[in-house]
Formats: sequence, C-alpha cells, structure tokens
Amino acid sequence: MAKRNFLGPHGTVLSLGEFWLLTIAGFALFFGAWSLLAWSGWLPPNLLPSPRAVWATLVRLWDNPFAGHVYADHMLASLGRFLMGWAIAVAIGIPLGLLMGWYRLLDEIVTPLFDSIRFVAPLAWVPLAALWFGTGIGGPLLIIFVGSFAPCVISAYRGARLVEPRLVEAAQTLGASGRQVIQHVLVPGAMPSIISGLRVSAGLGWQSLVGSELIVVGAGLGYLMVQGQGNLATDVVIAGMIGIGVVGFAIDVALRGVEAWFRRRWGQTA
Amino acid sequence: MAAGNALLRPSRAVLVGTATVLAVLGLWWLATSGLRLLNPLRLPAPSEVWAAFQQINGRGYAGATLIEHALHSLGLVARGFAVAVITGVPLGLLMGWSRRAEALVNPIFLLLRPIPALAWIPLAIVWFGLGDTGKVFVIWLTAFVPSVINAFTGVRQVDTILIAAARTQGASTAQVLRHVVIPGAMPMIFTGLRLSLQASWTTLVAAELVGAFFGLGRVLNIAGQDIYPGMILVGMAAVAVCGAGTTWLLGLLERRVLNWRPAV
Repeated sequence: MAKRNFLGPHGTVLSLGEFWLLTIAGFALFFGAWSLLAWSGWLPPNLLPSPRAVWATLVRLWDNPFAGHVYADHMLASLGRFLMGWAIAVAIGIPLGLLMGWYRLLDEIVTPLFDSIRFVAPLAWVPLAALWFGTGIGGPLLIIFVGSFAPCVISAYRGARLVEPRLVEAAQTLGASGRQVIQHVLVPGAMPSIISGLRVSAGLGWQSLVGSELIVVGAGLGYLMVQGQGNLATDVVIAGMIGIGVVGFAIDVALRGVEAWFRRRWGQTA
Repeated sequence: MAAGNALLRPSRAVLVGTATVLAVLGLWWLATSGLRLLNPLRLPAPSEVWAAFQQINGRGYAGATLIEHALHSLGLVARGFAVAVITGVPLGLLMGWSRRAEALVNPIFLLLRPIPALAWIPLAIVWFGLGDTGKVFVIWLTAFVPSVINAFTGVRQVDTILIAAARTQGASTAQVLRHVVIPGAMPMIFTGLRLSLQASWTTLVAAELVGAFFGLGRVLNIAGQDIYPGMILVGMAAVAVCGAGTTWLLGLLERRVLNWRPAV
C-alpha cells in the first residue's frame, strides 16, 4: 500500500472496476444527499424540491408555458440572443486582436483604452446598455458583447505575437504582400490561440447572457428563473439552471469539436 | 537604444497611450459639453459625471456614500473568496493526490461545473434572501470551482522526479506534500485565483443588481432607475477600480508567496 503510493497519483492506477465503482458512488452521493435533504422535511419543499419533483417540473414546463413560453422556446430565445452577441464580439474582436499583433501603432493606441475598460465587470454595463439600446434586444446584446469581447481580442493578439518571426520574414523574402502575409502566415499561425480563446469567450458570453436575462429581459431561461423565484417555485428555478447548464455544455462541446477538427485538418497542436 | 536613454525618456508606447487617452477624453468633452452632439441622457458630459461623483461622496446616493458602498462590496468579495480558497484548494489538492478521491468527487463537478455561478443567484435569493449571505454564497461558488480545478491540475503537473528524489531521501508523505507537492502546485493555484477574482466581481455586481440594500451594484441599479447617466458612469468606474485594485493586491500576494521562483 505505502509502496504503491510512493509517487502519489503518479504511482497509483485505479483498476477499471474501482474507478467506475467510485464514479457511480459519486453520482449516488450527490443525488442521495439532495434527495435526503429534500425528503427529511428539514427543509420545506418550496426551498429545496427533490430531484424527482424537479424532473416532473421539467416535463411539465416542456408542454405547458411558464412565464409566457414553453421550455424549449425559452432555451431557443437564450441561445439565439447569445449567438448574436457572441458573433458580433468574434467578428470585431478577432480581427482587432490580429491587427494589434501586426501593427505596433494600433497596439499602442488600443491597449490603454482596452485596459481602462477591461476591469469594468460585464454586468456593470447593464444600466448603461438599457439606457442606450433599451431592454429588448440591443441592451442584452451589448452585455454579451462586452462579456465575450476581451478574450477574443487577447487570444488573437497573443496568437499573432506567437507566430514565428522567421516565417513572416521568409514569406516577405519570397515577395508576399502585407495582405498575403496576414492571410497565409499570421492567421493560420494564430489559429490555435484563437480557437482556445473562442471557447473562453463563449463561456463568458453565456454567463453574461444569464446575468442580463436575470435583470432585464422578458424571455429566456434567465427570465424563467426570475419568474420562478418571484413565485417561490424553486423547482422552476432549478429547472432553469439545468437548461442553462445543458446549453452551456453543448456550446462548449461544439467548440471542442471545432478545435479537434482544426487540429486534424492543420496538423497543429495548441 | 541605450539603457540610460530608455530610463530618462518615456517610451513610445507610453507617449502614444497618453495621447490616445487624452484624445478620447477630448472627444468626449467635445461631443457632450463642447458641441452638444449627443443627448445628455445617453452620454453625460464629464462635468455631470464629476457632479455625480461629488454628490455620492458628500450627501451619498442609494443610502450611503461611495466609499461605504465600495467597502461593502469589497467585504463581500473578500469573504466569499476566502471561503472558496479555504474549501476549494484543499479539496483540489486531495483530488490531485488521490485518484480515489478524484474518481469519487469528479461526478459532482461534472454536474455542477457547466452551470455558471450567475445562474445560482435566483436560488440564492430564495434560500438566503437579499442580504449578505446569498452574495457570499454565489461568490463562493464563482471562486470555488476554479480553485479546485487549478489545485488539482497543479498537483498533477508536479514533476515525478522531484517526488521520487524527496522519497529517496526518506521524506514521509506529509513531508512530500508540504515541501514538494503544495509549493509545486502554487503557481497553478494562483492562476486559478486570478481568473476567479475577476469573475467574482461580475457575479457580485449581477447579484447586487438583482437585489441588494448596499453595494456598487445597488448604486448602478438605482442610477439606472433614476435615469441618472452621470451616476451610472461613477458606479462603473468604481467597479473597475475595485476590480483592478483587488487584482493588484492578489498579484502582490502571489509575488510574496512565490518568491522562491526565479523572475520570469
């Protein structure tokens, strides 16, 4: 026993059986503790519904509208809003980051502005966003944009800076124009960093969406949760959290797929 | 360029940066007070922001002065963050050191990790009301997951040769943990802390916007309801200063704790 643990985790390998046993025990622990807390009567059911009650609520919300829409429509509303805001952030942030990595003057102009607003938490933009673009579509879009913009810029900038200068020089020696260098050397070289930045920015953008929906919007999973909270319907609140987790997880899996596809295609490791 | 020169003369980047910031401030003044191009309800003039700043410092706004609001928010972040570090780092270290603990705890993380801390705010309100406890709870959630994951990754990245070397010299498991594994995981742990500190501010502002009695989010919320753009900008600037200040403090701490590391 002591010998096997000589190197800590590096020296221990669990058998497949033990691994699965412990994993199942972990799931059982989570749902068991939750059920026990809910059924013991120690907490009233409007504070903590049991897993079964939450599942029943999910099924009910699937067919019956709550807070104006059925569950899938709330999900789609959130996802659509997120995709719009995130797409704008990517479309502006990635080119800006690449150009900042390429033109030093642009870097020197943008960086101080960027740094001075970087520490404003995305959700602190909510009142200003509401003032500028209203609480319908524009305001929440600005919040998602602000949340996901910085990682887009930073990852593209880093990627551009990490491109081997010799490759740039080689292309230039062979007579490539500035545009050609950017297109054929800079962008592919920066790609691994950009793609990992996309994942970070999507995660942050999704969070910002949830925050903005809690505060200003009239549809979406966040709104569903706020309405549930207002009615002290904790089962609806938890159902909303599950939807947010599922969509966020799906977005991350999709981007991981893009990352894997990119690595196979370009034969690069990030 | 000679080193002496560089010390005496500000670098090009500093000059361009200063010029840019001054130009933007000038444009702001020109568009609002100077030429009145923009509706003051959209973008307030610098003088209005200054007036709002003086108002909140003197008479107070939304129930307290700016310093009181800021200290309240800072206190909540500090408490939530401290609890997250105290609970998260040891759990991450344990999961990193023991594959059994990892296999047991990992499923819980698989279930909870995709849910952003912000999505816990309504539940926190149902459970704890609009007071401080709910906010500390969501900040704890924000910082807890990165603390665990980075402590875990940090332990796994410790060089096996170092552990073997300590073992050969007769170190016990406790000694290996204390002198090799935990110091080795420290840089990674601090990376996690830095990431989660920024996220903590976002969570706190969201929680305070949803409902609070004090704090910078409360200032933003009331200023939004009063359609008081000058005060909104003061609130945003205060959030930025607090976020930057705490990040700077964490950097100081990191340099002290990691002073054995050669400068990068």
